[in-house]
Amino acid sequence: MVDDMKVKTPHQRTISALVQDRPGVLSRISGLFRRRGFNISSLAVGRSEKSGLSRMTFVVEGSENVLKNVADQLEKLIDVVEARDITEKNIVWRELALIKVKFNQKNRSEILELASIFRANIIDIGVETVTMEITGGKNKIDSMIELLNKFSVREVIRTGRVATLRGTLTSGKDDGEFHQNNSVLPLPQISEETGSV
Amino acid sequence: MSTKLTGSQIVCQALLNEGVDVVFGLPGGAILPLYGVLRQFPQLKHVLVRHEQGAAHAADGYSRSTGKVGVAFATSGPGATNLITGLATAMMDSAPLVAITGQVGRSAIGTDAFQETDITGATLPVTKHNYLVMRADDIGKTIHEAFHIARTGRPGPVLIDIPKDVFQEEAYYDPDVSVTIPGYTVPTKANLSDVMDAVDLINSSDRPVILAGHGVIISKAHNELKTLSEKSQIPVVTTLLGISSFPEDHILSCGFPGMHGMAYASLILDQSDLIIGIGTRFDDRIVGDPKRFSVNSKKIHVDIDKSEIGKTLKIDVPVIGNIRDVLKQMNPKVIKKNRPEWIGHMEDLKRQHPSLDIPKSDHLLGQRVIRTLSDATKGDAIICSGVGQHQMWAAQHFTFTEPNSWISSGGLGTMGYEVPSAIGAQMGNPNKLVWSICGDGGFQMTMMELATAKENNLPVKYGILNNNHLGMITQWQGFFYDHDYQAETYSGNPDFVKLAEAYGIKGIRVTNEKDLLASILEANDHPGPVIVDFVIEKVDNVYPMIPAGQSISELIEENA
Repeated sequence: MVDDMKVKTPHQRTISALVQDRPGVLSRISGLFRRRGFNISSLAVGRSEKSGLSRMTFVVEGSENVLKNVADQLEKLIDVVEARDITEKNIVWRELALIKVKFNQKNRSEILELASIFRANIIDIGVETVTMEITGGKNKIDSMIELLNKFSVREVIRTGRVATLRGTLTSGKDDGEFHQNNSVLPLPQISEETGSV
Repeated sequence: MSTKLTGSQIVCQALLNEGVDVVFGLPGGAILPLYGVLRQFPQLKHVLVRHEQGAAHAADGYSRSTGKVGVAFATSGPGATNLITGLATAMMDSAPLVAITGQVGRSAIGTDAFQETDITGATLPVTKHNYLVMRADDIGKTIHEAFHIARTGRPGPVLIDIPKDVFQEEAYYDPDVSVTIPGYTVPTKANLSDVMDAVDLINSSDRPVILAGHGVIISKAHNELKTLSEKSQIPVVTTLLGISSFPEDHILSCGFPGMHGMAYASLILDQSDLIIGIGTRFDDRIVGDPKRFSVNSKKIHVDIDKSEIGKTLKIDVPVIGNIRDVLKQMNPKVIKKNRPEWIGHMEDLKRQHPSLDIPKSDHLLGQRVIRTLSDATKGDAIICSGVGQHQMWAAQHFTFTEPNSWISSGGLGTMGYEVPSAIGAQMGNPNKLVWSICGDGGFQMTMMELATAKENNLPVKYGILNNNHLGMITQWQGFFYDHDYQAETYSGNPDFVKLAEAYGIKGIRVTNEKDLLASILEANDHPGPVIVDFVIEKVDNVYPMIPAGQSISELIEENA
């Protein structure tokens, strides 16, 4: 019994869902998560390649037992066309962050150099702040923010994770599964997890 | 169709095209345009209820007793919110309903207008799907989609909210429009390799048990279930809502298990080496503690809803599909077997644990009332119940032999469901005997619908197991709250016979066993609605009992 009482460390799943692009869909989905006590740690929504359908990528947290059939639960919603738990699949994922940092004459070049090392783009520069755009995995962005924290970070805006399976979706077979394409080109050697370049 | 119709006319025409012949409802401002055209559609019988909760439950009772989709109308605001308990009841028990609610006019939506409520928002968790229709052009298509969603797959309630001015707007209606819902597939046959895995387990098991749930009734798979059970000689335990999926007078019928089920049903599940769950969700009232539920058995789970697989128990072989189709796939591959030892063991369990013996008493007992009713009707009646002791006694002591004859609020456990659901069942089955088994608590939650029964001359027999108590509450406070009885006694009950008379219906009071049978027969013979006030033992417990979250080792079989 004591074991049951222990608070388990939250378990994370990455879910990719194709949903109808109409009012109330997000409310249905968030209601499903709320009711079962899942926390949405990130959510990205945008129009998909199919007209009338949007793609949502969620990262949800909760107990492992409750989360295991979250994609099946989602698929029961009429407005959800398909939902996949892609956590254990071979996926590539990214998030984007906009970071606004206050600079002065002394540290300006150091900040710009850091941005360059992390392949961040400077998208706006003012009299005392610079805004940069960085794309990558969570750890890379976390590392960047950590390093910038020794300066004065004014604002951090993160999109949350977007993810897709490596390879291509084979449309010939109608089994609804993603199929891996063996002829994928090797990816640029940047470690997304560590943030090192 | 070449002429334009109003939104209201489209609603009625689309309902007729879906085969609807009766709707249960209560008008109000926002839905008045729809009521304004009902006279043009005399084929659509409208039953006026006294409270919208009654409309939802009546539509539900109609649906469960006929297998068709039940329909309810309500107005905006309080009319719509009053439906919610009924929708939640239907959702939990997978009953197909379509509820149509009026909404304030489009320009008033979101302004906190009079009788405005966000009913699509409020009913999100208690409907399979819902719609707010903002153009009369969309009404026809939406209604056909709603019926498709309500009745297919795992059925459930669908709500359609229509603003007042959309009812009045004119549009074209195409009755032949096809329903396509991207991503919504209706499961039929199962994956063959899963079927074969299941069949192999069945053929190699020595002590299999079928746990048959409501899904068997919904998919009309009674015959296929019987074939499987008889061919491989497998005892059939039903869930509470699976009752009537398998004839209870059959030699292989083994009761229902769980919190207040027969001890032998719980024991045979515990002692089996294979549980074949068919159309059941292995709910907490059956499983209790999942870690200790039937630990030595493998589990096959046949269900149409894949999100149910593994929800409470680890499943060895999941088989996803429509139950009737799946059983048709399985049955020819199941080897014909005799299992004399296992069947003999089942019979021993029934003898050693006579859960249905009724204790001797000087007072009238609820168990005795139900047993006598069962004998008097030879099981040929539709029984509706709410939740509590009366429900458990009805489930235990009535011998159900026909599918769709047991209509009870299982999942949500809605007190008062029994009164309006019986009205719906009687509307759908005018030539059948319908008994509503009520508790005196639940009856008073929905008894305003007696007027509906009277108005429509529906000969429902309301049998109140009247103990002036919330019986199950009293039982739990006795067992689990150190006999600290709080808010369990109903000292202000009305005289139910006089109440019947006030409604202009027949009232009969029964206070002892000697008058029991004659009174039941008198009620059965009466051509209109009847209240029978069965004055039963004040404090009595339902046995057997397995306390919530426990297992078979905590089984309580009789009064200690």
